[in-house]
Amino acid sequence: MNAREKLGKYRPLTYYQLMEVTLRELLVEKGLTSEAEVKAEVEAMRARTPERGARVVARAWIDPEYRKRLLQDGTRACEELGLEIPQLKLVVVENTRDTHNVIVCTLCSCYPRVLLGIPPDWYKSRNYRSRMVREPRKVLSEFGLRLPRNISVRVHDSTADMRYLVLPMRPAGTEGWSEQRLAKLVNRNSMIGVALPDVPAAKKKPKSAKTRAR
Amino acid sequence: MAEAKYSVGQKVRVMESYPVGHVRTPFYIRGHSGTIERICGSFPNPEELAQMRDGLPERPLYRVRFRQKEVWPDYRGTDADVIEVEIFQHWLEAA
Amino acid sequence: MKALTRRMHHDMGGLPAGRVRPTEHEYAEWERRVDALSMIMGRQGVTVDQRRKNIELLPPEEYDRMAYYEKWVISLAQSLVEQGIVSSEEIARKMVEVERRG
Repeated sequence: MNAREKLGKYRPLTYYQLMEVTLRELLVEKGLTSEAEVKAEVEAMRARTPERGARVVARAWIDPEYRKRLLQDGTRACEELGLEIPQLKLVVVENTRDTHNVIVCTLCSCYPRVLLGIPPDWYKSRNYRSRMVREPRKVLSEFGLRLPRNISVRVHDSTADMRYLVLPMRPAGTEGWSEQRLAKLVNRNSMIGVALPDVPAAKKKPKSAKTRAR
Repeated sequence: MAEAKYSVGQKVRVMESYPVGHVRTPFYIRGHSGTIERICGSFPNPEELAQMRDGLPERPLYRVRFRQKEVWPDYRGTDADVIEVEIFQHWLEAA
Repeated sequence: MKALTRRMHHDMGGLPAGRVRPTEHEYAEWERRVDALSMIMGRQGVTVDQRRKNIELLPPEEYDRMAYYEKWVISLAQSLVEQGIVSSEEIARKMVEVERRG
């Protein structure tokens, strides 16, 4: 299979795709990596989806002591759950009735990749990186999140070694829910801070007359 | 671990200077004053790592909290809105 | 006294900009491989800091125009050459070879 076919599409390679093939082949020839290692690394990254972050959030919603540990030392709390988080130095910031947190990396695209996967295009965009630090409320409203003025906004610019996860508030109407069920409400954007978690689906139909009578 | 010079709650000012090289203190925060929100630990200096040196000895890294109204003259949010930035000790001085 | 300033092109926090378009795309295999190669070489001393530095040194028009992984692959190449892990000549010859292969 030639290089073009390996791409899965019969289009000429772009300069940058050519460079990728070039570097990979040179590094393999020099024994610095192997095709197997590259493949394994791609698969490992593919497996890191926002569900991992959602597990952390759901556990914190269920277990107040875990929540305290999570806010104190995010990295250790993730390790407690058996999550594989190489090199991660995590700071978890909690949304409260008075405070809403949102994460940005103005200088590049720093992001808790091992918990949330590869960051979305918009997070790396000029517009987000430029404006989120300066007019967070306006940018949040463009995402559909309008915050009243009695809630303060806390923006975190991820400039060095720490990575950030927002711990959203647990939605109402989830009393007695299992951890797995709660985790399904935790969307990726709520852990970045540009959205709230999903709300529970509409209430079940009212009980039948037969059961109510009991 | 290197000795952290500043403590949580202390008021600090970001050096107002504009060198070359790979610097992780954003332009918009230089010269501004804030308070230490936490000491993150000590880490190799990214400015040196970028230049293929080892960045040792490790340097204390802080999260510094700034009031948005103090950073941006035209800030339209509330007085309580803040921005928190990780800044290495050598970019900070006591305010 | 207000200092004289110089802002680097990538250091964009606070600059005016347009509406955030919440675009995402499914990452192509070649992009994932760039990510993987960067992580692998990161474990061999080609630090993310060096790679970031090289992205920051791209000419502004290129920085703005190039896609994310296009910047990463160029920066990785540059970093490897700086460290003497691969040479410009090796890259040049290999690129010709790969292109000829089709």
